[in-house]
Amino acid sequence: MKSEFKASITRAVNDANLTGALGKFSEAYKVNRTKAYEGIDFEALRSRVAEAKSSAACHLDEVAEIFKKNAEALGAKVYRTKDPEQVKQYILKVAQDNGVKTVVKSKSMATEEIHLNPYLIKNGISVAETDLGEWIIQLAGQTPSHMVMPAIHMTKEEVAELFSKEVEERVSTDIPRLVKVARNELRPKFLAADMGISGGNIAVAETGSIVLVTNEGNARLVTTLPKIHIALIGVEKLVEKFETVVPILDALPRSATAQLLTSYVSIITGPTPNDDGSLKDMHIILMDNRRTEMAQDPKFKQALQCIRCGSCLNVCPIFRLVGGHVFGGIYTGGIGTILTAWFDEMKKSEDIQGLCIQCGNCTQVCPGKLDIPEMIMEIRRRLVLEKGQSLVQKAIFGVVNNRKLFHGMLRAASVAGKPFTSGKFIRHLPLFLSDLTDGRSLPAIAAEPFRDTFLKIEQPKLQEKAAFYAGCLIDFAYPEMGVALVKLLNKAGIEVTFPQEQTCCGAPALYNGAYDVAAQNAVDNIKVLLQEDVRYVVSACPTCTVALVHEFGKTLDTLGQTEWLSKAKQLSEKTVDFSTLVKHLVDEGRLSFKEGEELGKITYHDSCHLKRTLNVFEQPRELLQKAGYELAEMFECDMCCGMGGSYSMKLPEISGPILQNKLKNIKETGAPVVAMDCPGCVLQIRGGLDQDGAEVRVKHTAELLAERLKD
Amino acid sequence: MYEQFKTRAVGVGAEVYRFEKKRDALDFILPFLGKEGVADAPGCYAVWADCPFLEGMDNGELKNVPGLSFEVSRSRAAQSRIGISQMEWAVADTGSLVQDQSAAEQRLVSSLTGIHIALVPSGNVLADKSQLFARINPQTSRYIAFITGPSRTADIERVLTIGVHGPERLIIIFVDELGGENI
Repeated sequence: MKSEFKASITRAVNDANLTGALGKFSEAYKVNRTKAYEGIDFEALRSRVAEAKSSAACHLDEVAEIFKKNAEALGAKVYRTKDPEQVKQYILKVAQDNGVKTVVKSKSMATEEIHLNPYLIKNGISVAETDLGEWIIQLAGQTPSHMVMPAIHMTKEEVAELFSKEVEERVSTDIPRLVKVARNELRPKFLAADMGISGGNIAVAETGSIVLVTNEGNARLVTTLPKIHIALIGVEKLVEKFETVVPILDALPRSATAQLLTSYVSIITGPTPNDDGSLKDMHIILMDNRRTEMAQDPKFKQALQCIRCGSCLNVCPIFRLVGGHVFGGIYTGGIGTILTAWFDEMKKSEDIQGLCIQCGNCTQVCPGKLDIPEMIMEIRRRLVLEKGQSLVQKAIFGVVNNRKLFHGMLRAASVAGKPFTSGKFIRHLPLFLSDLTDGRSLPAIAAEPFRDTFLKIEQPKLQEKAAFYAGCLIDFAYPEMGVALVKLLNKAGIEVTFPQEQTCCGAPALYNGAYDVAAQNAVDNIKVLLQEDVRYVVSACPTCTVALVHEFGKTLDTLGQTEWLSKAKQLSEKTVDFSTLVKHLVDEGRLSFKEGEELGKITYHDSCHLKRTLNVFEQPRELLQKAGYELAEMFECDMCCGMGGSYSMKLPEISGPILQNKLKNIKETGAPVVAMDCPGCVLQIRGGLDQDGAEVRVKHTAELLAERLKD
Repeated sequence: MYEQFKTRAVGVGAEVYRFEKKRDALDFILPFLGKEGVADAPGCYAVWADCPFLEGMDNGELKNVPGLSFEVSRSRAAQSRIGISQMEWAVADTGSLVQDQSAAEQRLVSSLTGIHIALVPSGNVLADKSQLFARINPQTSRYIAFITGPSRTADIERVLTIGVHGPERLIIIFVDELGGENI
């Protein structure tokens, strides 16, 4: 990562105003959004939105042509272009042909995307943004930091400072006062403007309508007062049918600002009369700027389902810490990373794509059903293809791809008996090591890896068998978790096998874009794990489980190694995470826990992959309660702990504060023990609490349950 | 449905009243204009856009209200404290009013003024957007406007503030006598 990028992150996370405002907003947003969606079947709603948008994206050119024909029949002038430069020239020409001196604008990300304002100003036309947030950042000479709330990074004091300069008198920091200043200052500009420029939230092909969704009322003035109205609309806003406006209007305000509906929605279909009786000169520009190319790319077509609500930013644990400006472009956050990679260039996303920790929060709330983490992974993969791995990564993955060498080195580390902060090469191995101990202690490598311990465990000979896939962390750092799992399954009448040739699940390589390495890991594991005749393949690491269940097949498919797909599917069907399997065994009456003892409070941390990819969150809670614990939920129990595999090593300045937040939420429950199902989260949280000095035990659910087995 | 509408609309900061007769509504509106300082002076005017409510009204009484005008121009609206118009539909689940505002004066009175008084036929309360969309047609209505509460922003420190560019008060007056679909 470039050093100026790192520096911008450090600046952002240390900006108390920014992290305070964003943090508070993001916490409140979650609650308010849930309330706004009360009584609505969100899954059904977002399916409607996604299907309609996807259908339009499938034949954009045709839909755009229908729009053009219908809008022109009503008297609007429709201009279609792929090129942002032509958009600017077109607008300038309309302005010059009509002697336009002043322009008022309502909010439009498309105009920001092509940097329209500086272009018009350079050509002698005065431009006023009228959305309050946009006006603030225009006065400040900045770019929006959030697509719905452009000035969320600024304090009222900073705004008062800007306004004071603009109106040439001292303005107080009272927010209603500041809003009044904006109203008074902008009103004459509205009344005098020769041209209004708006964006468009929806463009309906079958009717030639554009839909504008606003709260302030500025878009109504922009489209009413000046005699010329130009709407600049990205082609991804096109839908085929008028009826699609309904689900988008149901979703957009709820997802964007947790409102049932914004104060104003305008559906404009062709030019309307001006207040002097003349007819509006209405222009609609449908801009492509690589959107059609995107629609034709099978991995990125889904990006056109975006309705620009910004909810992916609002729930992102990274965005709430760093804000929008570290993204460096016009579009920010996860979706911004993807749009920047396309609208600017792939290279520009090189640093910012690394900000995504792959927690999946955004996938849960996206009303367009975009899988942003997946698209960011694809960007990573393409960047690696284009540029190759860094030398260090190459070396690391070279080792990971050779199981004997990899495991040999891990054993060597254990023999050295030192924690991982020492040693030269090994500390860069995925998942384990780092020169970072700030805020988190790192585990020592176990004196004996699970693979050796396993050989000494005496198991009863049983008919039913399950293969245990340990994953690197349980195998080499937390073998006791594996021992607990064997104990539990034996008790339920299942004999555990441990295929010794199993190796890394490939997640570290995959999340760094090294798909070829991940594919090799996948093939090696598929061979080994399918060798034995077992009923289940069980893992106590959600990241590994996700690799076995989903990623092996997807990775091999992406690389075209289709000969392995049916085997990958076989493995996927057999694989189950620890809590789901144990819950199943308890339900079948094959396993029960000691009764009659109250163990006191426990709090549970949901790991990203378990909660959001595997959709498992009730099972461990029920098991822990059955075992005698009283559940005390923490605030934001399913928010990422900041581990994210090698993420915590690459971006400790972000991982650290996320961890601190998690620790605070854990401690506030007053529970003396926190449970989780992921050894990676254990590493992060146990290390954090250790440095923090708090008396909270951090345990894998398996360990806690094994303690409570009936004799 | 009316009650649901009222709850939602009040929830977003609108004020909601209901009268049986047009006369009753007028007896509310005219003193309200006086109370709000409507007078024959720039900044203090009131504008009333053409609407079914006015049909058959005794214009003598209304014409004599100081500052109140039925000729809606941009400059008059910009200098008005209060704008009055009739909205066609009320949508209960979001507390929204909807009208074909293709005529510019309908937008001027409801966007440039500080207070917007919206008259609505009591019988035109609809349950939700799907009912509404069965009744609106963009082919015949070029500017379909939804108004939900007063103008608002939260662009400075996420603090909700009322009345940025549009009206800072929305007063909704249902009038039974105006009829509507459901009566």
